[in-house]
Amino acid sequence: MTVASPIEREWRRHTPRQRLARFALYFGLVAACVVSLRTVQFVPEFLYDAPEQMADLLRRMWPIEWAHYPKGVHEALIETLHIATLGTLLAIVMAVPLGLLAANNITRHVGINYLAKLLLVSSRSVNSLVWALLFVAIFGPGALAGTMAIAFRSIGFVGKLFGEAMEEARQGPIEALRSAGAPWGSIYLKGYWPQVEPAFWAIALFRWDISVRESAVLGLVGAGGIGMAIDSAMNLFQWERVALMLVAIFAVVILAEIAVTFLRKKII
Amino acid sequence: MNAAVTARPPAFVPNWPARIAWIALALYAGYATSILDVSWARFVTGVDNGIRFVGRMLPPETEASKMTLMLRGIYETLEIAVLSSALGIMLSLPIGLLAARNLMPPWLTWPTRLLIALCRSFHQVIIAILFVKAVGFGALAGILALTVASIGFIAKLFAEAIEEISAKQLEAIRATGAPFMNVILYGVLPQVLTRFVGFATYQFDSNIRNSTMVGIVGAGGIGGTMFAAFQKFDYDYLLTILLAIIALIMVSESLQNWVKKVYQ
Repeated sequence: MTVASPIEREWRRHTPRQRLARFALYFGLVAACVVSLRTVQFVPEFLYDAPEQMADLLRRMWPIEWAHYPKGVHEALIETLHIATLGTLLAIVMAVPLGLLAANNITRHVGINYLAKLLLVSSRSVNSLVWALLFVAIFGPGALAGTMAIAFRSIGFVGKLFGEAMEEARQGPIEALRSAGAPWGSIYLKGYWPQVEPAFWAIALFRWDISVRESAVLGLVGAGGIGMAIDSAMNLFQWERVALMLVAIFAVVILAEIAVTFLRKKII
Repeated sequence: MNAAVTARPPAFVPNWPARIAWIALALYAGYATSILDVSWARFVTGVDNGIRFVGRMLPPETEASKMTLMLRGIYETLEIAVLSSALGIMLSLPIGLLAARNLMPPWLTWPTRLLIALCRSFHQVIIAILFVKAVGFGALAGILALTVASIGFIAKLFAEAIEEISAKQLEAIRATGAPFMNVILYGVLPQVLTRFVGFATYQFDSNIRNSTMVGIVGAGGIGGTMFAAFQKFDYDYLLTILLAIIALIMVSESLQNWVKKVYQ
């Protein structure tokens, strides 16, 4: 009689398997942190004088060179906004068909669904800076490379979310239209579109907000916009100008966020 | 009788504001494209360049000394991701708690929320530039930059999750006379722990992605090696590094799925 009677059995929240998995996770986490801490290379002397260096940086940044704004910043800032907006628009144009191909209630073919999803995943897993590097090599430095980078990075994001929104559309209105003999154009325009429209605008605005932030750094690899101005100012140690550009980016990001919040309330 | 039927409004009313918005969007797209000076000739040379570019990328570099250099870069990238996530998660817990408006007084939540917004508003690479100046080239700058970015993301979502919890459990624990720390430990944390784990794993994943990039401005990791290969037109080595980064991201993504399953 080795089996414990039910009354003596101790109640535990997790099965042994779950406990083992959690233990493995904690162990792995601690091990990863310890190993990284022991092997990471940094010079302690740099850390000691970090406050001093930071103070020096701020001193060099002050006073902010406001006079430079109309000369070298305004144009680059507008270019950044154009890169973000046009890139997002281009991404939407390419992502909507891909999203339709990836949605299994629109395209009833598992192979095509899978292929479209693969394309969307590969677009997302390459960072926008890497996309920018590739397009700079193809189109040369400039805003065109930046626009393409933003577009190709955004396709995966927009396409995935749009495809999922299409999959969640209710079938009732679609069936009603179909049984009334509506052509396929009407089915999409009057059946699917009104259902996915709020999601579509939410995705587009969200992505545009992210694109504005990302397009500000694409210039560091030569893909146009304010990043290029920052890069050259930094290389010449003109920190007063760098400070001005950082303030400008901050203002644009905040304004973009306010605009997105406003439009979201208005449209959705 | 018949008149009432015919007077019924049409099923699909034309939405003029929306149509005008669409037309404006199309006009903008045309205008912005004209600024970019995209021409057919440029497109053709671009395609030509693209083919040559891909041709020079193939086959990927596999020379032993460059492979060890790349592996060292990947290893440093992982170190940056692990340490910045650990530091970011640890700091986000208290900061997120301080920013929750249902637990803390307004004079505490407002400054904290401002701090979080400041952490969020700049791209990681720009923060990395500032830290490279402060602590010099190397992994430490990357760790600090990604820590700041992690705080901006996790602390914000954590605060929002806390604001959504049910107040009944808090009341029950307060009614037993529990001190403040116990209210947090037994009333708040059990309600938000799963979501916090979700945010943390998501942030670890995005830290891995971003730690491959901060090297471009000299903040350590594989990004520096990659950017150097790009600037030296060493495109076949660039392809090797890109493939390694994509493999790293895929491993990290499956790891994220596993952690989510453990904690669901």
